[in-house]
Amino acid sequence: MDALELSRIQFATTTLFHFIFVPLILGLAVLVAIMETKYVRTGDRIYLRMTRFWGELFLINFALGVVTGLFLEFQFGTNWANFSRFAGDIFGTPLAIESLATFFLESSFIGVWVLGWNRVSQRVHLFSAWMLVLGANLSALWILLANGWMQHPVGEVIKAGKVHMVDFVAFFTNFYGWLKFFHTMFAGFTVAAFFVTGISAYHLLRHREREFFLRSFRMAAVFGLISSFMVFLVGDEHAYDVAQTQPSKIAAMESVWNTRQPANYYLLTIPYPGHNRNLVQTLAIPRGLSILATHSLSGKVTGLNSIPADQRPPVTPVYLSFRLMVALGTLFMLLGVMAVYLMRKPDLHRRRWFLWIMLAALPLPYVACELGWTVSELGRQPWIVYGLYRTAAGVSKNVSTAEALVSLLGLGLVYLGVTVTDIYLLTKFAKKGPPRELAQIIDLDEFRST
Amino acid sequence: MALATVLFAIWGFLWAGYFALDGFDLGVGMLFLLLGKSEAKRKVLINSIGPVWNGNEVWLIAAGSVTFAAFPAAYAGIFSSFYLLVALLVATIIFRGLAFDFRSKGELRWTRVWDAAFAVGSIIPAFLFGVIFGNIFRGLDMGPGGFSGSFLSLLNPYALLSGVLFLALFAYHGSAWLSLKTGGELQRRAADAADVSLIFLVLSGAIFIVYTVFGTHMFNNYVNHPGWWIVPALLIASLAASRYFLMKRYSAAAFLASGFAVVMTVFFAVVGLYPDLLPSSRSGAFSITISNAAASGYALWLMLGVLVIFMPLVIGYQLWVYRVFRSPLLEEVVMNDEDAY
Repeated sequence: MDALELSRIQFATTTLFHFIFVPLILGLAVLVAIMETKYVRTGDRIYLRMTRFWGELFLINFALGVVTGLFLEFQFGTNWANFSRFAGDIFGTPLAIESLATFFLESSFIGVWVLGWNRVSQRVHLFSAWMLVLGANLSALWILLANGWMQHPVGEVIKAGKVHMVDFVAFFTNFYGWLKFFHTMFAGFTVAAFFVTGISAYHLLRHREREFFLRSFRMAAVFGLISSFMVFLVGDEHAYDVAQTQPSKIAAMESVWNTRQPANYYLLTIPYPGHNRNLVQTLAIPRGLSILATHSLSGKVTGLNSIPADQRPPVTPVYLSFRLMVALGTLFMLLGVMAVYLMRKPDLHRRRWFLWIMLAALPLPYVACELGWTVSELGRQPWIVYGLYRTAAGVSKNVSTAEALVSLLGLGLVYLGVTVTDIYLLTKFAKKGPPRELAQIIDLDEFRST
Repeated sequence: MALATVLFAIWGFLWAGYFALDGFDLGVGMLFLLLGKSEAKRKVLINSIGPVWNGNEVWLIAAGSVTFAAFPAAYAGIFSSFYLLVALLVATIIFRGLAFDFRSKGELRWTRVWDAAFAVGSIIPAFLFGVIFGNIFRGLDMGPGGFSGSFLSLLNPYALLSGVLFLALFAYHGSAWLSLKTGGELQRRAADAADVSLIFLVLSGAIFIVYTVFGTHMFNNYVNHPGWWIVPALLIASLAASRYFLMKRYSAAAFLASGFAVVMTVFFAVVGLYPDLLPSSRSGAFSITISNAAASGYALWLMLGVLVIFMPLVIGYQLWVYRVFRSPLLEEVVMNDEDAY
């Protein structure tokens, strides 16, 4: 292994770890802000307790999201210096805007939200919660516009072997990036919804705090139903857009070797990359892939064999990740429908089989997110900027194999350690349930009247 | 070129902002185990920076990402040359960030572990910032292919001395913050810590300056443009003023003066570096400068516009957060506050 391989593994490792925490931040921020809004509107203290309990879990996760993101910001410089020199003119801008316009917002208001319960008015506190939501989700927008540019570069010209930004509006309106943003955002909302329904189901199974967890469950189930459908709808449009912009990626996602017009969709496919064909492809849906990839009955789908071998991504992992992600996405919609249907029944807490299913489903949206990034990033290979610049060319030339190995092992261990700690703490505090009394927040009016 | 100079100045401003703000967070972290002899004291110490540290740390991300956007080649050169130092810095500062929320989420032993992580996660990053910037002042062994020195060559005496200087500076700044935010015994001990760190700061600073005069090109700009001597003059004056204010117990003035001294320290370095971002110790021809590292005019104008719009906003709401949490912390109050870290 050389520094290039190690740098790739390190990027994949740190990104996949970082993305364990990000989706829950995006979605749970929204749910907690809705809970707090309901409290401020109605004065019903159960919403305050919900805000506190789910907010606690949000904060444990938030801390991890922030610290694991730090290295990602620097990693383009440490490990991908040539890429940074090549693309910095346009690629650095969204990262800078992310920190200046959105990350500052999120991280400045978090302090007020966490420690300001007795220092600012209810309204200002609620405002901080929504600033947190805004900061987190708009951060995601800028990061995904940056990633969108790596997938489908627009708004630049190449002069003297370097990218020059010539059209920021084109960059900002890159459809690819916006699809990716909405797909990722709704995926994050889905993660948060299943997180809340899963933990609520756990407590309902143990007959604890029924009213509290029924309300939490209902709120999250509706949120999850909407989000899982949105993630699927946007995802369909996203796949169509990928087919137009990244033929090698869509071919790998569906394991299509020979160019076809029209193209069938095969429900069961086993790739055989060594022989440039599929070992098995059967259960055809006639013209299915043409419809998916071109939105027409007779559209042409380019096969991998029409793409030079040195411009193809690794087929099997991309194909398997995509299939599994789509299967999971379908399952989430199904569970979302069931959850919203059953939550209307008065005896939801007695349908133990369903509560068990919802508890078991908690980790699945996380898996889907990681699979999604695998499709996205592995499917872009061998390019770091699709069609413009190869990953192998982007690596830092003055980082030795030994250095890359030390940092990979060191950071890998740290990331693993803090992730285990996070899961331990989340489990511990999720199991503990909400505090019975919120003695520490005494309404000033109540206080005066006693 | 003029535009690149403006961005270079803003680049310096962002680093100055980072060190003036997160500098006192790191300083509090360094002094945490020394001053925090009881749980109540530790709670006061860590919660004095609890509401603001996160926003302060983002100045680092901002400085890094604006380097990327405005001077891509400098971003690439600096971060890849200091590869292992950056990796170690990140690996340790991660624990500082987690310690806040995590320390109060377990039994005594758990808390002790995270308290140690908080201290280590403050001391090592502060020292490494010094080592990295010391190497930048000194110039790196860069030829036509970029940095060609070994990792150990980055741990040269000048860089290590610079690391000590950063430790002393942040410890002093952190003490000034604590004298503003605490009371009673803790405040007196913070004043003692300020005195000790000031001694270290003056001693390491004196050796550092002599070394800098003879071992680097940092003073060339000052010799050629004597007007810039105002920056080191203000640096020394603000340090002296902060010490005077500490003695007189004008804590807010002392803290602002020490913050100003940190800003002037960074400006002193930035003026000395100009127009280099990462000088080569071999030959000026291999240095990374604002002219060979700057992004295109289009990207620079865009970056300038973004900075002009958003930095005043950021400074505005961060000042508001500081105002919300302006009152000093008392041990009894912090101990009874269930939201406290």
